[in-house]
Amino acid sequence: MNNNENIIKLEQVVFSYPGSNITTLNHLDLEINRGDRLGMMAPNGSGKTTLLHTIMGLCKPNSGIIKIFGKQLKNEKDFAPIRTKIGLLFQDSDDQLFCPTVLEDVAFGPLNLGFSQEDAIKIARETLAKLGIEDFEQSVTHRMSGGQKRLVALAAVLAMQPEVLLLDEPTAGLDNKVKNKLINILNNIDITFLVISHEFDFIKAVTDKIYSMEEGRVLTDDKIHIHRHEHVHKHGRHPHVHK
Amino acid sequence: MIEEKFAFGNSFIHRLDPKARIIAVIILSFAAALCDNLNIAILYFIVSIVFIGLAKLNVKDVFKRIKPVFWFLLMLWILLPITFEGEIIYKFYWLEISTEGIIMCCKITIKSITILLFFTSLVATMNIASLGNGLHKLYVSDKMIFLLLMSYRYIAVIEDEYKRLLRAAKFRGFKPKTNVHSYKTFAYLAGMLFVRASLRAQRVHQAMLCRGFNKKFYTLDVYESDRSNFIFLIGVFITLATLVVLELYQGLFFGN
Repeated sequence: MNNNENIIKLEQVVFSYPGSNITTLNHLDLEINRGDRLGMMAPNGSGKTTLLHTIMGLCKPNSGIIKIFGKQLKNEKDFAPIRTKIGLLFQDSDDQLFCPTVLEDVAFGPLNLGFSQEDAIKIARETLAKLGIEDFEQSVTHRMSGGQKRLVALAAVLAMQPEVLLLDEPTAGLDNKVKNKLINILNNIDITFLVISHEFDFIKAVTDKIYSMEEGRVLTDDKIHIHRHEHVHKHGRHPHVHK
Repeated sequence: MIEEKFAFGNSFIHRLDPKARIIAVIILSFAAALCDNLNIAILYFIVSIVFIGLAKLNVKDVFKRIKPVFWFLLMLWILLPITFEGEIIYKFYWLEISTEGIIMCCKITIKSITILLFFTSLVATMNIASLGNGLHKLYVSDKMIFLLLMSYRYIAVIEDEYKRLLRAAKFRGFKPKTNVHSYKTFAYLAGMLFVRASLRAQRVHQAMLCRGFNKKFYTLDVYESDRSNFIFLIGVFITLATLVVLELYQGLFFGN
């Protein structure tokens, strides 16, 4: 379903945090097309989270062009309507779930979009049901486990009915059960997404292409093909396997 | 962690609109606090007991909830009778216990317990979101309501973070003592907590922006505005008016 429609396009974006002389994003180019299922694996501190925040307009670049849905975005006013169409799943779910109960949290987005109370509740319930967590509806957010919080945060993002999902290390700190659930959800969802993760198995299971980042730039070159292989060193004093 | 033990129930009080309950609790508490007659204070106390009964709360849990105030009252009972000037009813060497002091203690005890019981029966019987909703409908500024809701949501997270920091310190052999090193360590912990809280606040704000936050307060509670709210408030007003009139003309009734 890749019809090459450009959704997000970053051109020569430069960003450095105020007071720091390290250029976090250094003339970075990135294109995300409709239907893309991208993965991003890169070392810590290589600017992945900053990249996502720049796309959302939470970090203001020093220079460069950000085009989303074909429109160039410059200031807070341009970004505000875009944010409802791009869903960002934060690294720490506690940052994202700020309402007292689950249902309120999931309905927060739809209410901001101008849906009536009944519609917002309906959307929230449907989204929770889609993720199979409708039983948590009345749970109090701060009493839930890490895995439950992550799923609720995802529901809260999906309830906005975004066109693109940006997932920032969605599997961090989760057990295999919740991880498999996430894989299932992402594989059955008809949405463009970019997922950042350190887990090769997870990224491989949900994405078509894997990018990397180095020195503030995205490496999309097909020659830099991230993959894993196993080989055995059977000779020598300590035979061992490299995974 | 904040418990909302009384928030879920199915009594007359639980079904009332948060707005009506907040109005009732404010005027009842003010009236009880301003009351200056022991006999009338006892009547207020009886009214508060009636509210607890109406909310069908477990008496044992209510007692547990108001227990901390007894420590405060105990202190008063130790200090007030011997420091308050007035008619002395008992003298032990230089210790002089005055009638007025004891009456004062009784008043403070009854009034503070009464006000706590009002809040337990009327405010503790709603969850924090409903409280926010009620305050919103009473035109309290949205900023204040967000402050309340956010504190409720994040106080547990901050507590967690504090415990984590303290544990990390303890794992490295930190034992709190009364010395400069300990004070310094606690100051670092507190400082770290502030830094983390402020960073988290930034991230939460970003997350809210990402979901289209436009500084408006929305709530999902639906409370039908039926006649019971009106009747409840009328009942509260009548009771109050009676008690206030009683106090104003107390001479006629109690011969004071």
